[in-house]
Amino acid sequence: MRIKICAEPFEPWHEVQAYQQSAISMAGKFGATSIFIGTMRDFNDGDDIQGMTLEHYPGMTEKQLEKIVAEAMQQWPVLDALIVHRVGDILPNEPIVLVAVWTSHRGDAFDASRYIMEALKSRAPFWKKELLASQTERWLLKNTDGYL
Amino acid sequence: MSIKVRYFASLKESVGRSEQCLEITGLLTVADVWRVANPDKTMPDNTLAAVNMDYVALTDAVEDGDEVAFFPPVTGG
Repeated sequence: MRIKICAEPFEPWHEVQAYQQSAISMAGKFGATSIFIGTMRDFNDGDDIQGMTLEHYPGMTEKQLEKIVAEAMQQWPVLDALIVHRVGDILPNEPIVLVAVWTSHRGDAFDASRYIMEALKSRAPFWKKELLASQTERWLLKNTDGYL
Repeated sequence: MSIKVRYFASLKESVGRSEQCLEITGLLTVADVWRVANPDKTMPDNTLAAVNMDYVALTDAVEDGDEVAFFPPVTGG
């Protein structure tokens, strides 16, 4: 398992490839890799968005994400998992979050990655502040339900 | 006892500080920590709390040396 908090832009495909190559213990064991990438949009709630600042609680962020992955590993036969999350100033079209899960079979990969992503959205201590094209700022008040 | 109190995001802006240290006596809950730290400000209804980086209920007790954090609903991902 690896949890990585990035203050600079990251390239999710490179992260997946590099981690998979380094995780030699699962070589030959995994038949499925589920990858979720969340990317910043240039619109939200009917407004044009120019940028965003992501604040987090260092230490608690990593602790909660490790717990979430451990919960997924108890529920599904997960071989390994990688989470990368941006913080700081972010621009539209930049990746915000990567969740990658490796399992032997696809059903477990889909289910475990969905669980991790939804738990991250509701429990990992990150907060988004949007900069609108009108130059006003606003905090996001809550995340949308991913199952709607 | 000594308690470190931290605030994040919009709550940090509304209380006007990111952290403070409290020296207090007697047994306290998480909600009591807010009342001592912010005697003139009611805690917003949707506030979440953590002690030593784990989520807690506002009725949970705090102990000497704890780090208590208050913050709004999370919006990452």
